Amino acid sequence: MDLPDKLSRRRFMRLAALSAGGIYLFSRCAGPTAEWRFFTSSEARLMDALADQIIPPDEWPGGGESGVTNFIDKQLTGPFLRFQSEYRKGLKGIQDSSETLYHQRFENLNWKEQTSFLELMEAGKMNEPVWADGFDLKFFGLIRDHSMQSYYGSSRHGGNRDNISYKMLKLDYPFIVGQNRYKS
Amino acid sequence: MANQKVNVVIVGAGAGGGVVAKELSTAGMSVVLFERGSWISYDDHTDDELLSERNPVLGNSCGPDDQRNRRVNVHFDGSSHIVLPSEGDYNNISACVGSGTVTYGALAWRYMREDFKMRSTYGDVPGSTLEDWPISYEDLEPFYEKAEWEIGVSGNDSQNLFAPPRKKLQPMPPFTHNKEATILKEAALRLGYHPFSLPMLRNSIPYGGRPACYRMRTCIGYACPVGAKAGTHNTVIPVALKSGNCELRTNCVVSEIIVDDRGKIIGLTYFDQDNNRKTQLADIIVLSASAIETARLLLNSKSGFFPNGIGNENDWVGRNLQGHAYPHAFGLFEDEIYDDFGPGSSVGICDFNHHNPGIVGGGYLANSFIRMPYSFSGVRPPGEKLWGKEHKVFQRENFKRMAEVHGPFQEIPNFHQRVDVDPKVKDFWGIPVARLSGKTHDENIPGCTFMADKAELWLKEAGAVKTWKGLGIADGVSAGQHQAGTCRMGNDPRSSVTDKFGRVHSTPNLFVADGSLHVTNGGFNPALTIMALGFRIGGYIASEWNKGNRFK
Repeated sequence: MDLPDKLSRRRFMRLAALSAGGIYLFSRCAGPTAEWRFFTSSEARLMDALADQIIPPDEWPGGGESGVTNFIDKQLTGPFLRFQSEYRKGLKGIQDSSETLYHQRFENLNWKEQTSFLELMEAGKMNEPVWADGFDLKFFGLIRDHSMQSYYGSSRHGGNRDNISYKMLKLDYPFIVGQNRYKS
Repeated sequence: MANQKVNVVIVGAGAGGGVVAKELSTAGMSVVLFERGSWISYDDHTDDELLSERNPVLGNSCGPDDQRNRRVNVHFDGSSHIVLPSEGDYNNISACVGSGTVTYGALAWRYMREDFKMRSTYGDVPGSTLEDWPISYEDLEPFYEKAEWEIGVSGNDSQNLFAPPRKKLQPMPPFTHNKEATILKEAALRLGYHPFSLPMLRNSIPYGGRPACYRMRTCIGYACPVGAKAGTHNTVIPVALKSGNCELRTNCVVSEIIVDDRGKIIGLTYFDQDNNRKTQLADIIVLSASAIETARLLLNSKSGFFPNGIGNENDWVGRNLQGHAYPHAFGLFEDEIYDDFGPGSSVGICDFNHHNPGIVGGGYLANSFIRMPYSFSGVRPPGEKLWGKEHKVFQRENFKRMAEVHGPFQEIPNFHQRVDVDPKVKDFWGIPVARLSGKTHDENIPGCTFMADKAELWLKEAGAVKTWKGLGIADGVSAGQHQAGTCRMGNDPRSSVTDKFGRVHSTPNLFVADGSLHVTNGGFNPALTIMALGFRIGGYIASEWNKGNRFK
C-alpha cells in the first residue's frame, strides 16, 4: 500500500490517541522508553514541560511532542557539549526553585504557574542563589534558543518531528530541486 | 619527501587567492594554492538552516570547525573570552575551496568613485583612519570588467543612475524580481528613488559552462545546488588547475612565513591534512586568507628581522579592521508577499550611497535575500513576546507577510578596531589565535539612523502596515564576512602595510590579495572588488615576472 506520508509509530499513536479522545497522557505513556544520551529521565520530563511552555501545543504540536528534548539531548553530546554543565545546573535549579516556591516539581505546576515561573526567569528575577549573576536569564535564553532551533530547524538534527513546523508555516518541504523557473 | 620549491605560494583559495592562482598559473608560473578547508558541495549540507553559513548554530557548513579553531574577543571593559567559529563574535568567513564565494549572496558591486576617495570627499573625521585609496576607480575599472566576464555577472548597470562609468556592460541580463521585490520597486519609483535589479555573480542565463539559476531562494549561506552561483571554486580555480601549473592543497593550515639568515622571505611552514608540519619554499608569497587571518599570519611570523611580525614596522598590520553595519527595517503587510522565488534580494537603490546631508558615506538599500524559520523566530517588533503561544501564532501568521529592507553601511574605520594575536590561546596546531578588539566609530550612528529611516520609509510606501527598524551596528568588533582593512594599501609606508599593488612595503616578494587591502570598504558587498584586486595584483606579478623581475 502506498501511503502519502510515512507514518511513524509515534505519529500513528498520536492519531490513534486523537481519535480515542485521550490525546496527551496516552501518547506519553505509550511512547517507547527513551534512552537519553545526556539527560536523566527526570530531566527529560522537565525538558518536555519547558519545551511546551516555549512552544505551546495548539492546533499544531508543542515543543515537547515535536522532539525538542531529543534535539537538545543529542546536541549536548555534540556541538553543544560546552553547555552540559549549564543544563545540569539549570534544570536542577528549576526543580529546586519550583519546590521552594510551589512545593511541587515544575512539570506538575499548572500552566499559568509554569508560565509565571519562566517569566520570572526571563526577567532575571529569580531569588535563589543558584541564579546569581544573571544565570536565570542566561539559562532561560539557552532553553528558548535551543527549543526554537529544534522546532524550526531541519529535522535531521533530532527535532521538528515530521517537519511539523515547515507544514505549519506552509513551506514546501522538501524543497523541489531541479525546477528551472527562469521564465520572465 | 620535501616539497619542491615553486614560483608562488598563495595562502587561501577564496575570492582573492583563487583569482591570483589563475592569473599566475595561466601565465606559466608554478603555483601552490593552500586552503585550510576542504572542497564542499551543496549535497554535503543541503538547505539545513542550523548548519549553514547563515546560521551556524550547530557549526559552519563550510568551515572552519569548532573543534580545532578559536579566536579571542576583547570587550570594552578589558575582559576577554574565547569564541568558537559557530559563534557570531568569531566573525567567521568560510574555510573551504572558494571560501565566502561558495556561500555568499553573490552581489557583484563595483565600488563608486567616492569610495576610493573617502577623505577627499568627506575630509578629516576625528578619531578615524578615513583615507583615500592609493588607486582610483579608474585604475581598477578594467579589472572589475575582467572579474565580471571571467567569473560571470548578471546585471545592467545602465539601469543604475549612480553606477560609476564603465566600458562594457555586464555579460548577462539582470534577474527579474520576485513578488516582494516587484512591490518594493514600484514603491521606490513613487518615492522618486532609482531602483534597479542588483548585479549578481550568478547566472541569469547559462554562462561559462554552468547552467542558469533555477530561482530557489535558500541561496545565501548555502552552496548552489546547480552551480549557477559563480565563486572562485567553479570558475577561476578550475582554470588554474587545468593549466597544469597549479597545485591545490586542501586541509592545509599555514602557520608561519619563514625568512632566511639575511631576512629574505623564502617560504612558509604549514600543517598538512595529517597535521604534519611541513615547509614550502617559493620565490613569491601571496596572502589571501581574509582580513583577520592574513593579519594573524603576518603577526605570527616573527623573527630577528621582523620582531613585531612581517610588515608591521609601523604597527599597521591588523589595524583599521572594518566590516559593515547593516541598518535595516522590517515591514508587515496585510497580504502574503513572500514567495520562494530566488535569489531573494533583487531590487536595490544607490540613492543614499554618498552625499547625504550631514552623513559620512552611506550605502545601498535592497530587499533581503532569505527568510528561514529559525532565524525568523528571533525577528519580532519591539515589545512582542519571544516565546509562548503569542510567539508561535506570530510565526505562522506573519512568516510570509514580512519584508526586510537593509544594506551595508560604509563603516568609518578607526585605528583601535583591530586584529592581533593572543599571547596565550592557541589553536589545535599550536598556532597563536587571532584576538579581536575595539569597536566601531561613533560617526556610524547618525549614518545608520539615516539609512534605517530610509529603509522604513520605503517599506511604508510599499504598503507595510507595521514597521520597525534597527541600526545594525555591531555590539563589539565589526568584521564579519565583509571583513577588511587590516593590511591597507597606501603610498606612505608609515601609514599603510602594502603599496598600490598589494606588495608589503618592507619586503620585495610578499603580497596581499584580499579584503585586507581595502583602505575603506564602500557601502557595498566587497567580493567583486576583492576579485578585481586579485586580477590587478595577479596580472602585475605575472607581467613583471615574465619581464624578468624576480622580486628580489
